[in-house]
Amino acid sequence: MILVGNAVVERNLAAGVESEIHVPIASDQDVVVARHKGRALATELGFSGRDTTLLATAISELARNIVSYAGRGEIVLRTTHNSDRPGVMVVARDKGPGIASIEQALREGYSTSGSLGLGLPGVRRLVDEFEIVSEFGEGTTVTVRKWKG
Amino acid sequence: MEVPILKQGEILIATVQAALTDSDLLQLRRALVEKVAQARARGIIIDVTAMDVMDSFASRTMREMAHMIRLRGAETVIVGIQPDVAFAMVQLGLSMGGHDGCRPGRRSGVLTPKFTG
Ligand SMILES: Nc1ncnc2c1ncn2[C@@H]1O[C@H](COP(=O)(O)OP(=O)(O)O)[C@@H](O)[C@H]1O
Ligand SMILES: [Mg+2]
Repeated sequence: MILVGNAVVERNLAAGVESEIHVPIASDQDVVVARHKGRALATELGFSGRDTTLLATAISELARNIVSYAGRGEIVLRTTHNSDRPGVMVVARDKGPGIASIEQALREGYSTSGSLGLGLPGVRRLVDEFEIVSEFGEGTTVTVRKWKG
Repeated sequence: MEVPILKQGEILIATVQAALTDSDLLQLRRALVEKVAQARARGIIIDVTAMDVMDSFASRTMREMAHMIRLRGAETVIVGIQPDVAFAMVQLGLSMGGHDGCRPGRRSGVLTPKFTG
């Protein structure tokens, strides 16, 4: 079994309602921890099994990109709300090399590591909201949201 | 998390027991590719019922594994892909009939990775 918790810091925000989970990402173990944490949060919010799996898959891709391209970074998970529904917000951030061309990186099949190049374009389809900010040489932050169906 | 591999006649059966890290997947691939000749296996069944996520790395590793196993003279069948996992794979772009080289088998939940070129 995968041990969660040792490298994970959970803290309640001042408001006391929303909780934020920080998962440091530096290895393939952490990728599994991050997606399990995401799954647990979505389940807690009453997400369907399908939506939970879509979210977990997205987290897996984002966390792996951190390991593969930046070496280390973190995944932040938090509950969020729009006008009528709860959702999960995932922030994947690193201070790695950044992405030279976001447009290219979002293209299906584009990969600088000889892998499938389906991560970012795939994540975009798996979630409801997708935002990527990357400064070449400074790092990358991908923020996604998935609402309860 | 090591994946147990059982031999049943000419078949090797690998049953994934829990979430696999990337290195677990690579380790499984190494073990199966090694065992296939050792055991003179004709077929490999990989049961992935316990996998709650099949992302692009896992899919690629499984596909490469099937390719290597074929080069070693055996066929690979992946069974037990959960409906939600299959749905996520399709959303991700790992379409079963398309460029990722997997086609649905005759029974539902069965994938026979296929290779062209
Ligand atoms: N966190 C990141 N830092 C730097 N580059 C990244 C990051 N995430 C993605 N990339 C770049 O975007 C490309 C596409 O990513 P992705 O769609 O996940 O495909 P893949 O990981 O299979 O290459 C990567 O090959 C890499 O060049
Ligand atoms: Mg990727």
